[in-house]
Amino acid sequence: MIRASIGSAIIEPGFFSSSPVQVALIVGSVAAFVSGVVGVFTVVRGQSFAGHSLADTGTAGGSAAFLLGVSPLYGFIVMNLIVAGVMELIGIRRPRGRDVATGIVLGAALGLAALFLYFDTTSTSTTGATINVLFGSIFTLPSSMVPVIVVLSALAIGVTLFLYRPLILSSLSSDLAAARGVSLRLVGIGFLVALALAVSLSAITIGAILSTALLIGPAATALRLTKRTGAAVVTAAVIGVGATWLGVLLAYDSYYWTPSHRGWPVSFFVVTVVFVFYLVVDFAAGHHATARRSVSRGAL
Amino acid sequence: MFSQFMINAWEASTIVAVVAGVVGFFTVLRGSSFAAHALPNGAFAGAAGASLIGVNTILGLGVFSLFGAIGIASLGRRARHDVATALAIVVMLGLGSLFLSMTTEYAPEIFSLLFGEVLGVSSSELLPTAAIGAICIVAIIFLYRPLLLSSVMPDVAESRGIKGHRMELAFLLVVALVTTMAVPVVGTLLIFSLLISPAAAARSFTNTPLTAMGLSVVIALVTVWSAIALSYTSNLPIGFFVGAIGAVTYAISRGWAARRHGRRTSPVTRHRGSAVHALVEASD
Repeated sequence: MIRASIGSAIIEPGFFSSSPVQVALIVGSVAAFVSGVVGVFTVVRGQSFAGHSLADTGTAGGSAAFLLGVSPLYGFIVMNLIVAGVMELIGIRRPRGRDVATGIVLGAALGLAALFLYFDTTSTSTTGATINVLFGSIFTLPSSMVPVIVVLSALAIGVTLFLYRPLILSSLSSDLAAARGVSLRLVGIGFLVALALAVSLSAITIGAILSTALLIGPAATALRLTKRTGAAVVTAAVIGVGATWLGVLLAYDSYYWTPSHRGWPVSFFVVTVVFVFYLVVDFAAGHHATARRSVSRGAL
Repeated sequence: MFSQFMINAWEASTIVAVVAGVVGFFTVLRGSSFAAHALPNGAFAGAAGASLIGVNTILGLGVFSLFGAIGIASLGRRARHDVATALAIVVMLGLGSLFLSMTTEYAPEIFSLLFGEVLGVSSSELLPTAAIGAICIVAIIFLYRPLLLSSVMPDVAESRGIKGHRMELAFLLVVALVTTMAVPVVGTLLIFSLLISPAAAARSFTNTPLTAMGLSVVIALVTVWSAIALSYTSNLPIGFFVGAIGAVTYAISRGWAARRHGRRTSPVTRHRGSAVHALVEASD
């Protein structure tokens, strides 16, 4: 049970013809795509911590939903919308204030998660709940969830695209954006809603680890490759989906690597692919990246 | 509540709270909350790896938090800090999921390492906790002046020959030590909360560094002591109480600061006359 829920420790032969795996591949690609798009703005706005925190805070909602017997996805989303609201409410725009605000909210939400998970484990006497919620359950998703996930992904991308121009403007220069009549608070809340939706989806489908990996890794890599935001969004989505497929493929192959045929988890491979690709691009981009970064830092 | 096995819990949590209060001051001052979250969480993977190859959990935590700190510091030289931290935590957790997939006996321990099992601290765990805690305090005493300057006025620090990236690495190594010390006894969630909430609350009350540090220790102690007492009497997990008390303390401190300073509620823009504030302002 543990092995299966951690995400594919054992992948049986006939991988690609099995319907749960097809669901997992579709859902994984959708999550990677949304994460790539939203991730570029997350990185540019310096909200990686918030992006990662939402993957963790959702576990409080997920475990509460588990208690109530509803789908953890809805628990994740409701909890994360609340968390995003609180973060924006107490978070101030300076990076350091935001850092502390995110930390406090994360600590409180993890405390709630501890409480709900405790009730989960005492009411059902299984540790499976803990692991399922924490590490995601890509191969245990019912296919009936796919339409819901696709609709919510479209919503997250819709919000991001709707806010596209003010987002770029306020991310690069808040003063300029304010001078042009952009409401920084509205843009900030709008983006956090998109981020909360995207992270909830990816955390519940592919797990909290992969959620952060696919949100930040491809976006940071793409921003090394291109200066233009539009191009970076497309590049990040492509890298994310590519890394997911490659990771799933490697996990499938790894079944044959060990004599015990235990296979290695998808999350390990996807993270490795994302990170190695980042390092390669970072190394290759070298001086260009350094120059570009100092420019964008100046602008921020 | 004060029987023999509980005495261990009180002692361990007191040591952790004192160290967390001191190190937390710099964590909040430097805006390193993400690293304070990433190192304990990522190092948790090291504990999984250690249990897999059958060595002491503390060794696994130490090795992983050490490499995590070096990883964040070196990636952070070429990328934004939050991006570097995010990459470091996912790589560590990715390895963690690999380790966890290779062992089947680890499941119950996950909950305890994540959310703390302070009521089950054994006497043999106290000595390493105290020893590593003492090293952290000594390190902070040695680093105090350059770290403070580098945290609030990086440019001035650089001009005086204090390299920002070296201070960052030194500080992250201290956080790595705190992780190694605290995770086995209180878990990743608790140490993270104790590093952030008390120090953040303390900074709302005062801007004098040493006073803020002392206040942060006091708040951390009160938080963890009341959390143990509440957890003992209610039988609910201690992590919940620490998280909740931390949030409430922070809310009270913000409310208090807002009342004292009228409309200006932001803790950063609030203290106009204060020297440290001017330093922080200049460095942002």
